[in-house]
Amino acid sequence: MSLSRRQALVASATLVLLAAALLAPLPLQRAAAQERRIKVSARSFAYEPGTVYANVGDTMVIDLESEDAVHGLYVDGYGVSAHAEPGRPAQLRFVASQGGAFRMRCNVACGSLHPFMIGKLVVGPNLPWLRAVAATLVAAAGAIAVFWPRPGTK
Amino acid sequence: MTERPPPGRTRGYALSEIPIVRRALRSRWPQFGLTAIMLAFFVLAIVAGLAGTPAGNRNFGIVFVWIVWWALLILLLVPFAGRMWCGVCPIPAPGEWLQRRALVQPRPGGKLYTLGLKWPRPLRNIWLQNAGFLGVALFSAVILTTPAATALVLLAFMIVAVGTSLAFERRTFCRYLCPVGGFIGLYSQVAPLELRVKDPAVCAGHKEKTCYTGSDDGYGCPWMVFPGSLTSNTYCGLCTECLRTCNRDNVAIFARRAGADLLQTSGRRLDEAYKGLIMLACAFIYSAVLLGPWGELKEAARAVGTPGWMAYTAAFLAINLVVVPGLFWIAVRAGRWLGGREGETSSSQIERLATQAPPAMAGATLPNFRVGAIASSLRAESGTVSAGRSEGIPPVEARGEIASSQTPLLATTVPSLGGALLATTAVNGSARVTARGTRPGRPAVRGMSASTSELFAGYAAVLVPLGLAAWVAFTLSFVLINFSYAWPALSDPLGWGWDLLGTASLPWTPYAPGLVPLLQVPVLLAGLASAIALALRTAGQHGQRPWGALPVAAFCTASTIGLLGLYLA
Repeated sequence: MSLSRRQALVASATLVLLAAALLAPLPLQRAAAQERRIKVSARSFAYEPGTVYANVGDTMVIDLESEDAVHGLYVDGYGVSAHAEPGRPAQLRFVASQGGAFRMRCNVACGSLHPFMIGKLVVGPNLPWLRAVAATLVAAAGAIAVFWPRPGTK
Repeated sequence: MTERPPPGRTRGYALSEIPIVRRALRSRWPQFGLTAIMLAFFVLAIVAGLAGTPAGNRNFGIVFVWIVWWALLILLLVPFAGRMWCGVCPIPAPGEWLQRRALVQPRPGGKLYTLGLKWPRPLRNIWLQNAGFLGVALFSAVILTTPAATALVLLAFMIVAVGTSLAFERRTFCRYLCPVGGFIGLYSQVAPLELRVKDPAVCAGHKEKTCYTGSDDGYGCPWMVFPGSLTSNTYCGLCTECLRTCNRDNVAIFARRAGADLLQTSGRRLDEAYKGLIMLACAFIYSAVLLGPWGELKEAARAVGTPGWMAYTAAFLAINLVVVPGLFWIAVRAGRWLGGREGETSSSQIERLATQAPPAMAGATLPNFRVGAIASSLRAESGTVSAGRSEGIPPVEARGEIASSQTPLLATTVPSLGGALLATTAVNGSARVTARGTRPGRPAVRGMSASTSELFAGYAAVLVPLGLAAWVAFTLSFVLINFSYAWPALSDPLGWGWDLLGTASLPWTPYAPGLVPLLQVPVLLAGLASAIALALRTAGQHGQRPWGALPVAAFCTASTIGLLGLYLA
């Protein structure tokens, strides 16, 4: 089984466009970096606010407070963490150098749903998400074009 | 021996003919050994759940069932080996051993000690498996995180399996009840291996059918499947019993193109379609509830019996049974409308479309389309088809026959996760087929020849690669992060302060969290491309123009973007 010449060409073009969607540098104007101080309250099994927003280059200062037990806050992709217990807040300071959405997880066992005590840090512009959407549309259009039946075949 | 694969298919390499593999499969000891080891792990999981620490991340039951076993199942076994897990699954093992009154060597004639009741005919489908999976999934926030709940679920599975084995014939539990087996069977169609007969003609001439009835060499197919008629992996548990009982040496395990079972999209069943929809819906719900940042949602899913949980239950069931199937139905219905009819030119189709609109879109405003007038037309066309059937056109139950000479099959294995994960297998969508309700060897009538329910079930084939990709993506998002829980749990399975392996105090360490999205995106895109290829193929096999596949392709694209949104946005 092999691709016809037309299908091979369309598939190749799709792969090139996919690569472009996922990797091409984009001339984006970024917001001026600033320091963002955010209070995050932790309780079993949620953070409040659940989603924290920032821009690339911002210095994040997260004041972690715990309402009920010892909770941690570990940020995927940045590898930084802090622990807080009721009455003893902790502070997490780092530069949001990468764009995208990153899970914030509790890294201190705190109960049954502990592995799923998750928040989110969204550092804009969230290019990974935008690129993934573009790649999805390219992949869909490419798959339709590649596998579309040839005219005249029955 | 002449090997004659089904029309349009080429038989792959017979893996079971490799001498060492052949010996391993024909001997009962390797399979028994693996099953016994798995049973030991599951018994330990149950004991740990009931007697061990209630902290899930320190309990062997939770860590090994829902992280290690689940990851092995979804990331490796199902995509690459189909139902191989079912061949060594410990859950039905005690019941099967009691049924056989033997652990390893078979009883003479393959005799089984059971009441031998037949499973009720109305339940010979996977609706109960669908319901069972929904039940487990509904309580997943509890089951996945509470050791005792996991232990009770596993124990319940085993008790029901034993009871079923003693009362009913063969592996009735696996075939009709196991909630896990339902989706393993569905997704095993993607696997690049299959158990099939080498030559169907040999089976046709074999009066004894020892593969089904049993013999001194072994038991009749525990899955109640006649291997000679197998066209899909869905209901073959890969127990390899038929390899031992076929005295014509006519059964083998073949390597094949991944996803080969999905090439035939006609003659599919509604229960299997719903399984695909439920799995897709649950992938969304799990991703939102367990991996999302919404604490209220987690709390509602966990607090069984509270008003919040009841609202969650209502939403869960509505999404699974109404919303996702409804959206898919709308896509199929719109596709039926777009698919056109045989002999219809592009201009006449445009003319028809200009005067008609699909019922599913009634009320919508489309430029140059007169909305809401197609229902009577569709009814009239359905009447024509019904009349055709009543005039004596026999329904053809066999799966469609592809005119392969005119149909350049295309199979591309999409590399992901360092290997081939999903196959994008497509065919020229306008293949000539014989489908239900048409004469064999005659082209299917285009467009309206297939009913919406047939199209619904047929298009549901796209949910297999799409859903499997969704579950792989979901699993990736927590397995790498949480796998490090396995080392302490292995060293201290009950959480009683032991340190058998010296790893009890290893801290939680997320493995390569930055890698997760880099794996999820290609997996989801591969699933999407495979699904769209299948949608176009489905249109062709059901006598539709390829335009008929576009709404389903849009459904698949929207689903992929939705999942990406949950992971990346």
